[in-house]
Amino acid sequence: MKFFDKIATIDRRIIYLALGIVVLVPVIFKLVLPIRVSEPVRDAYNSIDRLQDGSVVMVSIDYDAGSEPEIQPMLLSILRHCFAKHHRVIMTGQWALGLPFGEIAMATVTAERNRAARTPADSVLYGRDYVDLGYRPGQRALMVGLGREFRDFFAADYRNTPVDDLPLMRGVHNYSNIDLLVGLEAGNSGDEWIQFAGARYGVKIIIGATGVIAPDMFHYMQARQIKGLIGGLQGAAEYETLVSHPGTGIAGMVAQSWAHLLLLGFIVLGNVGYFVMRRRAQS
Amino acid sequence: MKKEIPLAITFLTGVIIVVTFFIPHQPLGSMQQRLLIWYSIVLGFTTLLGVDSLMGSNFRKVLRRSPGWGYSLVVILGFLITMVTGLWSWIATKSLITLGSPFMFIYTWMIVPLTATMFALLAFFIASAAYRAFRARTLEATLLLVTAAIVMLGRVPIGAKIWSQLPAIQDWVMEIPQMAAKRGIFIGVAMGTIAMSLRVILGLERTYLS
Repeated sequence: MKFFDKIATIDRRIIYLALGIVVLVPVIFKLVLPIRVSEPVRDAYNSIDRLQDGSVVMVSIDYDAGSEPEIQPMLLSILRHCFAKHHRVIMTGQWALGLPFGEIAMATVTAERNRAARTPADSVLYGRDYVDLGYRPGQRALMVGLGREFRDFFAADYRNTPVDDLPLMRGVHNYSNIDLLVGLEAGNSGDEWIQFAGARYGVKIIIGATGVIAPDMFHYMQARQIKGLIGGLQGAAEYETLVSHPGTGIAGMVAQSWAHLLLLGFIVLGNVGYFVMRRRAQS
Repeated sequence: MKKEIPLAITFLTGVIIVVTFFIPHQPLGSMQQRLLIWYSIVLGFTTLLGVDSLMGSNFRKVLRRSPGWGYSLVVILGFLITMVTGLWSWIATKSLITLGSPFMFIYTWMIVPLTATMFALLAFFIASAAYRAFRARTLEATLLLVTAAIVMLGRVPIGAKIWSQLPAIQDWVMEIPQMAAKRGIFIGVAMGTIAMSLRVILGLERTYLS
């Protein structure tokens, strides 16, 4: 009976240690599991893939370091996909502390593209193929206001270059010039993009969200208010699979798989111990 | 007048914003755009209020040597160093987030690891809390436990390895029962928000004035 007492009251330090080990081992040994691509992620992929070459995709960085492991792989895959299709990308963000992640991802992907480029047309240039508008306060006000004129809120990009000096921005005045909006969300900005940019101006939207936020987006997906949903690290791994560029999303899913299994194992042990002790107490 | 003027401003701006949202034609459209720009500018300045409050309370703690004043000193130093490197980066590269700038050094090697560590610790606390809390004491708790197990396994690749139908069952749980409950909650929240907004616009809710 002492055994059942122990499994019903496992020391939390043992749980921490076991969790640390099952997360670290797959990452160190680079273990991989096959990824099943779900419909919402495939829909998100198709939304970008079916745009005409040269379409304008606006990406909003609405997360920070706490959600970086889940969302950054999505951003990298989406940028790779966009530039492979020769789409042009406008980056902005509602979370000021997340903007550097956009800059880091953009630098990574554009460097990859430019290394592989064989002609000037294949290369990706700032101002022509992508711009970074940076952050402006306002959130909902900004989202509604952009529907009328971008320049009212973004007269210049993040480096203070007037937007009219950027070839990509010359033809972009409001949402009617945006072919797809990608919201990468760790909070409620996704709801606001959908409610203000999507519902009012009819912007096509796909959402990439953390595992915690993704369930809040399902009803938008079911109502077709968003065209696709990339949820959590699993969603990031699925998108990496679709663009055939494995990254930290696919690598992280093994760690997450084992962590979930371990947690369920502990829960089962806890319940076995609990029921045995309860029966003992009753008898 | 201290109360009447703010109430009148709230009523007027509230009504204008609501009307212009649904009727974006001229001259209401331009009026709305102007108000939205004002709102963004005012919101930007609220950051200064936050900085004033943060610095003020921490300075007082340090000056009075209140318990934990050392942490307040770290906050003040952290704020000042980040602000100075931010200004330096802005002057040198015209942007805070230019790769290789001093601000990005602080961001990459201090802000990101600290924030990520705080968030990562949650995983350990959740694991420990789940072990202790998920006990099948009642029928409801058992249902919650079984559903959580299905979703946890169905969301990860190893779930399909254990049983190929698990991801499909997980999808069903997320798309039908989960969504039904969420929709109910969201509709309730939306109605509550509308009611509260109307109370604020009409001056019935005045707690924000205090």
